[in-house]
Amino acid sequence: MCLGIPMQIREIEGNAAKAVLSGTARLIYLDVLDEEVQVGDYVIVHAGFAIHKIDEKEAKETLDLFKEAGVFGSGSENDTAHGVR
Amino acid sequence: MRGKRDRITLDHGGGGRASRELIRSYFLPRFANPFLEKMDDSAVVDIPSGRLAMTTDCYVVDPIFFPGGDIGMLAVNGTVNDLSVQGAQPLFLSAAFILEEGFELADLERILVSMARASEEANVSIIAGDTKVVPKGKGDKIYINTTGVGLVQDGLDISGSNAKVLDKVILSGPIGDHGIAVLSQREGLAFDTDLRSDCAPLNHMVEEILAVTREIHAMRDPTRGGVAASLNEIAGQSKVGIVLMEGAIRVKDEVKSACEILGLDPLYVANEGKLIVFVPPEHASHVLTAVRQNHHGGDAQIIGEVVADHPGRVVMRTTVGGTRIVDMPLGEQLPRIC
Amino acid sequence: MDRVPRTIPPMEYVDQYRDPGRIQHLVAHIRKISRKPVKLMEVCGTHTVTIFRNGIRDLLPDHVSLISGPGCPVCVTPIDGVDRAIVLSQEKGVIIATFGDMLRVPGSETSLLEQRAEGADVRIVYSAYDALLMAQRDMSRHVVFLGVGFEATAPTIAAVIQRAREAQIDNFTVLSMHKVLPPALKALVHTPELEINGFICPGHVSTIIGTDAYVPIVRDFGVPCVVAGFEPLDVLQAIGLLVRQIERGEASVQIQYRRVVSPDGNPKARALMEDVFEPCDSIWRGLGLLPASGLKLTPDYGRFDAERRFDITPVDGREPSGCICGDILRGLKRPPDCTLFRTACTPESPVGACMVSSEGACAAYYKYST
Repeated sequence: MCLGIPMQIREIEGNAAKAVLSGTARLIYLDVLDEEVQVGDYVIVHAGFAIHKIDEKEAKETLDLFKEAGVFGSGSENDTAHGVR
Repeated sequence: MRGKRDRITLDHGGGGRASRELIRSYFLPRFANPFLEKMDDSAVVDIPSGRLAMTTDCYVVDPIFFPGGDIGMLAVNGTVNDLSVQGAQPLFLSAAFILEEGFELADLERILVSMARASEEANVSIIAGDTKVVPKGKGDKIYINTTGVGLVQDGLDISGSNAKVLDKVILSGPIGDHGIAVLSQREGLAFDTDLRSDCAPLNHMVEEILAVTREIHAMRDPTRGGVAASLNEIAGQSKVGIVLMEGAIRVKDEVKSACEILGLDPLYVANEGKLIVFVPPEHASHVLTAVRQNHHGGDAQIIGEVVADHPGRVVMRTTVGGTRIVDMPLGEQLPRIC
Repeated sequence: MDRVPRTIPPMEYVDQYRDPGRIQHLVAHIRKISRKPVKLMEVCGTHTVTIFRNGIRDLLPDHVSLISGPGCPVCVTPIDGVDRAIVLSQEKGVIIATFGDMLRVPGSETSLLEQRAEGADVRIVYSAYDALLMAQRDMSRHVVFLGVGFEATAPTIAAVIQRAREAQIDNFTVLSMHKVLPPALKALVHTPELEINGFICPGHVSTIIGTDAYVPIVRDFGVPCVVAGFEPLDVLQAIGLLVRQIERGEASVQIQYRRVVSPDGNPKARALMEDVFEPCDSIWRGLGLLPASGLKLTPDYGRFDAERRFDITPVDGREPSGCICGDILRGLKRPPDCTLFRTACTPESPVGACMVSSEGACAAYYKYST
């Protein structure tokens, strides 16, 4: 059960926040987040809790598939330090 | 001053003076027409000869007031629509009420006003009614049953078993508004939306369609179970397959996002003011134009067609180019939506 | 009513990842580079749903096949888990609060939905917090929350349990049936007859645990792992990355879901989980007993452990005969291989959990597959 929804933070009060996805708002909790968030930030919400902030730059790069090398770019931007041949 | 005058009591269901007083003060003024005013045991009407269509429905929606409507409006429009999709011109409705002891009379008034307004828009009269009261705790505020009768013109053969291969499938507008609007008022779900129910009478739209052509094979107003249920029913009854284009099915962004959050599929969410029409291809674009010209059909689309393959099955081509089936919904996804 | 002007924004971070144009381009590229027949496993149940709902199999070349794995927490909960929840639901004064999925799962004799008809107070919640609020609102009742889910969910339950302790709530406990995914992945690579060539790794579990857990799979078994997001574009891009690794003879851990997943995951969430829960051996439907694959409450939080507060006699739950949920969860068989599929086992009258959970392979097949 990995269902997670990207939502934008609109208001913050303590450990709770009002977040919206395209016209639908709900109350979510921030206890599990490991970073500070501000109004306007996007987070992934799972089971009523924000579990991570969405990195806008990375999001854009994922969409910009069409680099010279092909639709996966050079591939190295997806690598972790664990690459093994 | 709050007193017994503000709420329904058991006396109101007793059939005696209190009952008659309730009918005179609340029901008659709202549903004013010569039949009801007679206060006979039955209404006797003159009807033109022809085929009579009859339908009945019970309304138990919770909550009884929701954005865009209420249980009364549903009760009128729902039954009007069941007649309309059979090709019947709705004539008369009956309305029976089961009220819980303690139900606020102000709420009853609100519902009756709403029913009067809905009847006016649909151009039907409520000519018979009944009221019963059950003890507190034995009923949830108000349940309504409406039965409707209408007249089917000659030359119409509209039925769920009549869809034909090559028919185009027209859907009159975006789906899922009603179910989400009702859910948004439920406790424990905690989401906010500006969505309103799409509850509306469709009889005028049907008249306008039949003015274009009488060769309509099947029609449905998708309610509980959504568009998926209605299409599967017709595919099963007509023993045909249906192919849909996901991209043609309109869903408002607010419905999409609420469904994402709740884990629902808009195809299975209830509507109360949408029409599905199965029409032979040569008439499809004219019918589409007629639907779009109606106040409730501005965003109508051709969403698919009937095929000979996979009889009884509804299949959908997804926006990414794949295929999936649209299965019959299982049981109670969203309790007490209608 | 239908002509309201469009001032509502599109679904940010959702719609763009469903863009047909980009997807078609991606699919064309996969078809171009893919030569070797490959079997890829999507581990997570939510990925199974994305794949089925969008018809992604239809877009792939025939020699690229996808097989569903055991990442459906409801599906891998053994029958006695459901039975214990049902026993609790029959206790006087108990409210069972649960995510919707568990409601229809068949236990040995009955289900929570059927128990509700018998008078049990079983309520659906969308977050564990709602269950705690339920307990706070009615001190005369005891709320038992059914803790089901992997590492994306467990930290949220941990946070709620911590809050319960801070607020000194006494009428709230959790029946922990949580599991962690890496031991299951390990068991899968150790199943030789599976022959998985690549794993589509769970996006939101990885958001919490990072990518360390996939290193042994890559290093010791040479099976590439790509962490994927949940929109069709994400899943296809992950498939593309896996295919490319396989074509090049490479094996590494890659993150497709970079907008949310980092190699280090979410340390705070893990710390929360580790404070409230400790690993325990746990039985997975289909995989059997896996060491350190489950989570139970630590003694420190014993007051919130439903198993300690209530005396639940362990019920000897037996798998129904003919049900091959186990093989399906391991990826050895597909739902149509099961003799009960669509005959005795349907969503209305399910035999096994795979048919009932919204993320079960059998449910997905039944509901979406042509």
